[in-house]
Amino acid sequence: MADLSSEFIGIRSPNPFWLASAPPTDKAYNVVRAFEAGWGGVVWKTLGEDPPIVNVSGPRYGALLGRDRELIGFNNIELISDRPLGVNLEEIKAVKKDWPDRAIIVSVMVPCEEEPWERILPQIEATGADGVELNLGCPHGMSERNMGAAVGQVPEYVEMVTRFAKAHTRLPVIIKLTPNITDIVYPAEAAKRGGADAVSLINTISSLMGVNLDTMCPSPTIDGQASHGGYCGPAVKPIALNMVADIARRKETAGLPISGIGGITTWRDAAEFMALGAGNVQVCTAAMVYGFRIVEDMIDGLGNWMDEKGYDRVEDFIGAAVPGVVDWGKLNLNYVEKAHIDQDLCIKCGRCYIACEDTSHQAISVSDNGERVYKIKDEDCVGCNLCTNVCPVENCITMHRLESGTDPRTGEAISSEYMNWGMHPKNPYGKSQK
Amino acid sequence: MRALLEHMLKTSDLDSPGLSPEEYAENFSDLHPPLDAHQAAVEADRCYFCHDAPCVTACPTGIDIPSFIQKIATGNLRGSAKKILDENIFGAMCARVCPTEVLCEEACVRNTGENKPVAIGLLQRFSTDHLLAGGVQIYNQGPDSGKRIAIVGAGPAGLSCAHRLSMLGHSVTVFEAREKCGGLNEYGIAAYKVTGGIAQREIDYVLGVGGIEIKPAQTSGRDFSLAGLRENYDAVFLAMGLGGINQLGLQGEDMDNVLSAVDYIAELRQTDDLASLPIGQRVVVVGGGMTAIDIACQSRRLGAGDVTLVYRRGAEEMGASAFECDLARTDGVKIIYWAAPVRILSEEGALQAVEFEKTRANGAGGAGSPTGTGEKFIIEADMLFKAIGQAFESTSLEGFAESPELSKGRIVVDAAGRTSLDGVWAGGDCVAGGQDLTVAAVQDGKVAAHSIDSYLRGEAGENNG
Ligand SMILES: Cc1cc2nc3c(=O)[nH]c(=O)nc-3n(C[C@H](O)[C@H](O)[C@H](O)COP(=O)(O)OP(=O)(O)OC[C@H]3O[C@@H](n4cnc5c(N)ncnc54)[C@H](O)[C@@H]3O)c2cc1C
Ligand SMILES: Cc1cc2nc3c(=O)[nH]c(=O)nc-3n(C[C@H](O)[C@H](O)[C@H](O)COP(=O)(O)O)c2cc1C
Ligand code: SF4
Repeated sequence: MADLSSEFIGIRSPNPFWLASAPPTDKAYNVVRAFEAGWGGVVWKTLGEDPPIVNVSGPRYGALLGRDRELIGFNNIELISDRPLGVNLEEIKAVKKDWPDRAIIVSVMVPCEEEPWERILPQIEATGADGVELNLGCPHGMSERNMGAAVGQVPEYVEMVTRFAKAHTRLPVIIKLTPNITDIVYPAEAAKRGGADAVSLINTISSLMGVNLDTMCPSPTIDGQASHGGYCGPAVKPIALNMVADIARRKETAGLPISGIGGITTWRDAAEFMALGAGNVQVCTAAMVYGFRIVEDMIDGLGNWMDEKGYDRVEDFIGAAVPGVVDWGKLNLNYVEKAHIDQDLCIKCGRCYIACEDTSHQAISVSDNGERVYKIKDEDCVGCNLCTNVCPVENCITMHRLESGTDPRTGEAISSEYMNWGMHPKNPYGKSQK
Repeated sequence: MRALLEHMLKTSDLDSPGLSPEEYAENFSDLHPPLDAHQAAVEADRCYFCHDAPCVTACPTGIDIPSFIQKIATGNLRGSAKKILDENIFGAMCARVCPTEVLCEEACVRNTGENKPVAIGLLQRFSTDHLLAGGVQIYNQGPDSGKRIAIVGAGPAGLSCAHRLSMLGHSVTVFEAREKCGGLNEYGIAAYKVTGGIAQREIDYVLGVGGIEIKPAQTSGRDFSLAGLRENYDAVFLAMGLGGINQLGLQGEDMDNVLSAVDYIAELRQTDDLASLPIGQRVVVVGGGMTAIDIACQSRRLGAGDVTLVYRRGAEEMGASAFECDLARTDGVKIIYWAAPVRILSEEGALQAVEFEKTRANGAGGAGSPTGTGEKFIIEADMLFKAIGQAFESTSLEGFAESPELSKGRIVVDAAGRTSLDGVWAGGDCVAGGQDLTVAAVQDGKVAAHSIDSYLRGEAGENNG
């Protein structure tokens, strides 16, 4: 059986699955239940200075649901911990004592000056916690008070606050980044410059969930009004993956440890984050939707998959997919695929046909002898993959590489040579850049 | 015929088994309970929104099924109902009575992969019920054309034609032999398919378009003449369905407790008190169509002990669908194929049993009557239902100076519903070569209405009857 134990910036946990700083890690009661369920670690719900903040007493969550009420996206306007600092610190200390093998990281957010950091960090250190995570990512509420994303959106502040933290604690420091920014590498690089041990991402994305068309109130609604919240859950996973991969591959940040967060619901999601360079992962929404026991299959599924693939330890595949992520300009333009429809699997719904006909390349024919038979016209197919995406039957439409001969669409010979845009004869600014 | 049945039911020595009110309610409750909003959303999501969808072709009225389902998915229920009713004004009834398993749902591409079509019928019911419950009228009369059209028969064919003609601006008078409108919707369809008074609620909605005058208790050939209609109206649409039934041709067929299934069902549909209906303990049904299945199932549900349905051909040839046969079996009906009745056995005028002869195909590839094998058997019976098909009553055409051409006793029409007589159209069960389904009757009425409209507006090619 594969070894799932994880060591992330020197912090050990029996598996790479941590709960992200959020309601599931709000207090000892939840955290103990999470550890009982098997979670490898937790990032405690963000602590601030006393007096504690005051949350709204109405709906603080909203959801994007599928037709069968499957939760696709989730949104919240909750602030940081609303419990006194001392209570949180005492609980952290007690839980850590009882669960020495699990990771406890304490998330923290205080104003953008050195003093408050100097005050709070030693108190956190005294609990015996394994590390701190600086919440520079929360996009709602706290950002109006010049904390959270208001800091994370300005690389100079990120660097400065990271320095404050590093100056006042010996614990490993993780900087939690906000995705509400144009290029994630800028704040990540700033964190690195400030001496961060790692970054974690993503925090939530600024969002409004919708509008009630009867009352004209946006949602989630508090007394007829709404304020933007943070979006998370399965819908944000592709956005988070891209940001994780960017930090992992760009030379400015390559090598900076990453804790991957955003929409992780299954072991597969987790493995994808890790393959793109995350050393471990954090989960919030999936636990809030299904409860803590989902970690059982995360552990079991990841272990079985690793056994199948022959990975002994998580380090064996962390970052394995990073080399595959490149700039568009590095893609091989000599590579040609064509779609193929398996007539035995085809149920004749015609979705591929209408998608390609109306919105792509008119590359699918409907047979004219009265039978509904859909076929790819290789001479028109650009290999775009739209048909495979809209086909309701798995593996019915598949993409196949043309290895040799000519491409019936362009009439050009298939070349096995690699050629990117920089090398391409049609590039007016072409320069060879293998 | 009906008076005779009433008499028989009154004088029958048979009793009702007197089920409890709860048992009747349970037995005659909705066969397919409606979807709730969540179920409908989930089911609508299963529709692939096919290109050139095969279900649309399979629907005799050509409803744009993917579109109406998509509108359910987006929460646009009124738009969804309108998509349905634009093609089939009896969409609520058809959602309940159509044999979807051999129509739209049979064509659903979901069958190929998983053998489970989208529940089109239930979705159609969901959106049309929503419209009927809301009571919002989405149709109105077209600008007055000054033309007057007479329709004979207020069944689905007649009223579908009336509705479309009114939308097209013509004023319509419907002559109906019975007290109530609806034809077999009201008097024929199995009770558990049309619960909650849906037939009349739907008719109210259909007539709500305006411009349709109903003349009840008017039987053509008796109370008025068709020749007169041709004189007084600009066009005539004949939709009188099938008033008669086929007879077994056996001695003793007029005996007490040997009944027409159609007439018995009409009583069942009209009664307020199911416990007042006498039903046998050993019921035999002869026939293989929808009527046979319906009377067999409803007999069981009324409390009959043994119910045996005997059909002279095999399961394949049966007019009732496999689904209907399964329903009958589930209800405890015994089905015997390849046997035909040869003798009614009685004692002192009271039905005792029916003798059958086993049959086999006559070798002509299923066409023609099966031949008897000589092997016989007897089934005890205290009630015998005849359900071997309905027949067109040509007396209803009396009064025509010339009769429209008939074929196998039904009216001959072309694709637009025109009969051989100029200015006279026909549709529904009374025409030759039809499907004998509600939905087909609705389509006939709609098609004829458009043909009549073109004719009255003098459009090219329509004037040559
Ligand atoms: C027992 C039974 C069960 C059925 N179940 C189903 C089912 O589940 N699904 C399905 O799709 N189809 C079913 N059918 C068939 C369906 O009911 C018919 O195909 C459909 O009703 C035909 O419509 P129509 O308008 O042509 O005739 P009808 O519905 O028969 O209407 C004809 C109307 O004309 C009136 N009329 C008759 N003669 C005269 C006259 N001389 N003058 C004035 N008015 C006259 C009648 O009173 C009646 O109102 C069933 C039929 C029967 C008998
Ligand atoms: C209700 C709620 C409260 C949250 N509170 C915090 C918080 O206090 N501190 C923080 O760093 N992140 C907070 N987050 C963000 C999550 O930790 C996490 O980064 C984000 O939800 C993405 O992960 P997910 O898709 O697995 O939920 C919160 C998220 C939710 C849903
Ligand atoms: S891959 Fe794209 S272009 Fe080719 S057939 Fe499919 S949809 Fe059309």
